Amino acid sequence: MPTPTAPSPTRIDQPIGGEDVRPDRPWLVIVWNDPINLMSYVTYVFQKLFGYSHDKATRLMLQVHHDGKAVVSSGNRERAEMDVFRLHKHGLWATMEQSD
Amino acid sequence: MVRIGRRIRRNRRGEFELRLPSEEREMLRSLPGQLLALLGGGSDEPDLHRLFPPAYARDREAEAEYRGMVGSELLESHQEALRIMAATLDQPHLDEEQLTAWLTGLNELRLVLGTRLDVSEDQQPLDPGHPDAPAMALYGYLTWLQEQAVEALSEAL
Repeated sequence: MPTPTAPSPTRIDQPIGGEDVRPDRPWLVIVWNDPINLMSYVTYVFQKLFGYSHDKATRLMLQVHHDGKAVVSSGNRERAEMDVFRLHKHGLWATMEQSD
Repeated sequence: MVRIGRRIRRNRRGEFELRLPSEEREMLRSLPGQLLALLGGGSDEPDLHRLFPPAYARDREAEAEYRGMVGSELLESHQEALRIMAATLDQPHLDEEQLTAWLTGLNELRLVLGTRLDVSEDQQPLDPGHPDAPAMALYGYLTWLQEQAVEALSEAL
């Protein structure tokens, strides 16, 4: 990366707070497809952890299977961390990120 | 002809019958201990990475903080399932909590073995002469058994 020789004016052009993590945007918990976890097991885990109906859990499982990933829950950061942790305890490949 | 019976089924009393032939119990016996030994070496083993996925895939700092907060609890949870599986291996029945431990224990074993074997989604059995054929057969057996555990527990949901 080039080093600027003079103070760069570009930094004031950036939107103030544009890079900040805003607490009002919900965190999304995402489950990713993998070649090991069984479809029936993933459905069961969604039902058990989130209380989803068999239909909803199956829909989400199929979304993971066909699209490669699915948002399975959302909420504040603490809630998302807890959900990710519970999914990891069950061996699912889950990550979290803040929604755009 | 041999009829391959179900190994795990829920009976009328709500218990789960574990109908494992003795050779299958022997085959399973060493597995929880082997994985516990591997887990004892810490979570950095490449074969173990599927048991400790990152929560924050794009934020190293947040990930390090998160791992510091819950990493040991996740490890203990994985170990506990395997310990229960080992301790109940010879039982004819399991209660729901014990079968749930079997379910996660079997999944952990498959995650580690499947990572080592680099399995694909539509994995086919390997040629009998292939050096990984025995391990792949074991993986297939664990998959079959886990599927039955899921089915039995799904009925109890």
